[in-house]
Amino acid sequence: MTDLKATGVEATDLTKTGSSVAVRAGAQAEPARAARAQAVTITGVTKGFGSQPVLRGVDIEIPQGSVTAVLGSSGSGKTTLLRILAGFERADAGEITIGGTLMDGPGRHVAPQARKVGYVPQEGCLFPHLDVAGNVGFGLPRAQRAERVPEMLALTGLADLAGRYPHQLSGGQQQRVALARALAPDPALLLLDEPFSSLDAFLRTSVRLEVLRVLRDAGTTTVIVTHDQDEALSMADQVAVLRHGLVAHAAPPQELYSRPADAALARFVGDANLLPGTVRGGRAETAFGPLPLTEGSPDFAEGTAVVVLVRPEQLRLLPHGEPGGVDGVVTQCDYHGHDTVVTADTGAAGQVTARCAGAVALPPGTRVTFRVNGPVAGWPAEGAEAAGGAGGDA
Amino acid sequence: MTSLTGAGRVVSADPADPVGGSQDRPSGRSWRRRGSRPPTVLLAVSALVTLVLLMPLVFLLVEAQGAGLSKVLSLIDRPLTGQLLWNTVRLTVVVTALCAVIGTGAAWLVERTDLPGRRFWAVLLVVPLAIPDFVISFGWASLSTDVSGFRGAVLVMTLSVYPLVYLPVAASLRNADPALEEVAMNLGLGRLRTFWRVTLRQARVAVLGGCLLVALGLLAEYGAFEILGYQTFTTEIFTEFSVSFNIPTASALSLVLIVLGLLVLAGESALRGRSRGSRVDRGAQRSTGRHHLGWWTLPAMAALALLAALALGVPVGSAVYWWVTGTQHPFTGDSLADATWHTALYSGSAAALATVMALPVGVLAVRHDGRLRRLLERGNYLVLAMPGLVIALSLTYFSETYAGGVWYQTAPMLVVTYAIMFFPLALVGVRASVAQAPPGLEEVAHSLGLGRLAVLWRVTRPLVAPGLAAAFCLVFLSAVTELTATLILVPTGVQTLATQFWNYQQNLAYGQAAPFALLMIAITAVPSYVLGRFFDRLPGRAAGPQ
Repeated sequence: MTDLKATGVEATDLTKTGSSVAVRAGAQAEPARAARAQAVTITGVTKGFGSQPVLRGVDIEIPQGSVTAVLGSSGSGKTTLLRILAGFERADAGEITIGGTLMDGPGRHVAPQARKVGYVPQEGCLFPHLDVAGNVGFGLPRAQRAERVPEMLALTGLADLAGRYPHQLSGGQQQRVALARALAPDPALLLLDEPFSSLDAFLRTSVRLEVLRVLRDAGTTTVIVTHDQDEALSMADQVAVLRHGLVAHAAPPQELYSRPADAALARFVGDANLLPGTVRGGRAETAFGPLPLTEGSPDFAEGTAVVVLVRPEQLRLLPHGEPGGVDGVVTQCDYHGHDTVVTADTGAAGQVTARCAGAVALPPGTRVTFRVNGPVAGWPAEGAEAAGGAGGDA
Repeated sequence: MTSLTGAGRVVSADPADPVGGSQDRPSGRSWRRRGSRPPTVLLAVSALVTLVLLMPLVFLLVEAQGAGLSKVLSLIDRPLTGQLLWNTVRLTVVVTALCAVIGTGAAWLVERTDLPGRRFWAVLLVVPLAIPDFVISFGWASLSTDVSGFRGAVLVMTLSVYPLVYLPVAASLRNADPALEEVAMNLGLGRLRTFWRVTLRQARVAVLGGCLLVALGLLAEYGAFEILGYQTFTTEIFTEFSVSFNIPTASALSLVLIVLGLLVLAGESALRGRSRGSRVDRGAQRSTGRHHLGWWTLPAMAALALLAALALGVPVGSAVYWWVTGTQHPFTGDSLADATWHTALYSGSAAALATVMALPVGVLAVRHDGRLRRLLERGNYLVLAMPGLVIALSLTYFSETYAGGVWYQTAPMLVVTYAIMFFPLALVGVRASVAQAPPGLEEVAHSLGLGRLAVLWRVTRPLVAPGLAAAFCLVFLSAVTELTATLILVPTGVQTLATQFWNYQQNLAYGQAAPFALLMIAITAVPSYVLGRFFDRLPGRAAGPQ
């Protein structure tokens, strides 16, 4: 809570949230839980606008109660996919089932209002003519409002704001009202379209944590569309990267980060040092010596030329001349507070980037030595080249 | 002209876009759906509305063709035409220039200086717009016979229509970024050069938009000029039609008038150029820094007070004077009630019709994109160049020729004429109101389990209603003070406030005319003020994160 205090208005709100959560946890934890959360399958979905294909056969499995992030750069088709899930657009081909029921497929399209899919649009889109309580209770039958609305307000920490109108709320508060409104009818699936992109960076982290807590508490099946890899990795149980209208890789965040499907994807989900190597005895022989390959790597034939991924935090900085490492000369040293990013020129491995915790004062020209920690992911060299070319814009 | 014609248009939206706001688009994501073609029904209905709007123009052209080009030219080619052209053009040029100077100056004083009582001035300077031009003209001419001819027309018309420039310029100065002025000063420009090269530059589009409305209004004006004895195309067309019953000549002269109107439209868009594209997104804005007037404060206040006294004090004072001193006819009360009822009936019907007609076009304009939409918009734009008199004439001609005169001087014909005349006003309100209900809100409501009708009732209706009401009021108020078309088309034996006033005024029964004038002022002034506030307060985006 201490670091949140600095955010001013939002911080006070969150403090209140904390206390209301405590109350809620005791008395009303059960009713708030999603009773209707469902698993979702997306199979071979395609969609085009005019002659422009946007989705070209998307497959994603979304387990019941999980949080799935759809990550992609702008124009990758992620919002279109969300709108198809909500029922606002119709897929050209492919199928969508929610809880085993076919929602969109050949000869069938269930209307948005019959899908029980909650939707939080990018701008929040609160009804300007209704106050917070009116917005939250909008999708509920009249009889349920008296009971369910206070419950949802407590869950999202909005109890004190029930009588406010949207224009009287801050960005973060509007976002939470939109979330409460979508969660109130206990949807089978919740969709969030870039929910934090309109918040400033400082607020974003706190609201993100807050929303994640609400989602976990409610146990709702959730799909979050985002272009922010940090957001996707930190929030989701599963991240599906959308590239050129196809799912490039769908996996838990840890797997996606440490063992992405190709080199371009490795760069898309984080900083990457890509080094050439050769497979010898089940290890990749590189400038840093033989490196173990990650679990689940393909069985490379002996002598295969590969490209391996070394994340900056896998590189350890050592005093110059330490044996068993690669020597280099520091070219740049960027201090970020929580860590320092050091870029150095190593003769053998080219330019590399290392991240070390805390402050490290290494003026350019300092001679250092690097060593690699942990296993590395690898791809056949020519395949990686091709993928790198195709996904260069990612 | 009707004095409100400009008001709504200007206060509401982009002054550079007289047909209706382009500012009603949100600053962030466009609400227009890319790639999705507008529904066929919507396109078809909008096309139908556009056809109805262009009907008068088509009739005139059909008639001209029937008569043959040489005959039309011979009707136009008279010494009188030259005289009318000279009268019309010089008045239009002089009054437009005067309005540009007065309107811009007053707007700058109110919006950009530390003049005391700015809110008070802001209201007082706009009120003359709500008084019909022929009432202002009556107020002056009934006091002194010196107010007549060219100089009288310049005086009266300038006082009547300068708010058409004042309003958009004030809005534009209010929204302009003061940082630009600061930057200019910082780059070493003096105060005067800053005003000329930066402030005026920012307000240029608004000034031009206001001048366009002034010029079009002058071309369409009949009542004020008739009172002042100043002959223009419009007064001559009216005389040819209703005194000499010379329909061919009236129609031929109407064609010249329309050409003049189109020239004004074309001139404005040519002068405006591409300056709209250079507008920078408003973003977060600091409050405007104001210029210190110093010892200029008193002269500035005196100038504004004089303007208000001439434009507002004289006509109202004169009407009150005639009312108090004049002899009252015993039946004035009855005829006042009767005229009020008919005025309300016709204006209300016209307002409803115009709003309904504007709905499909407004939805198309705000929510969809495409070549057809732009074509329809341009078609609607042409209506601006058509004076009410010409619309009335052309519909009359058509009913005489093809419907055996059945519709002539009937209530439906008058209502349709009003609806066509004031369609651009209705469109302003409808566009603003449609923009209040973005499709995103409807989608959210669908995802919360509401069907189409429920969404219409619980989301669209409450959001759209105020704007539709505003559209209705704009047309209603304009129709209440409409004189020219009303005189031609009002059903036999029926009087409206405007026609009854006109009859008394023509017979020099000023005492009996005065109550009608005052009632019209009372009916229009207060609601116009409320409407102005409504459009002023329209948020760029109703919902969404800050």
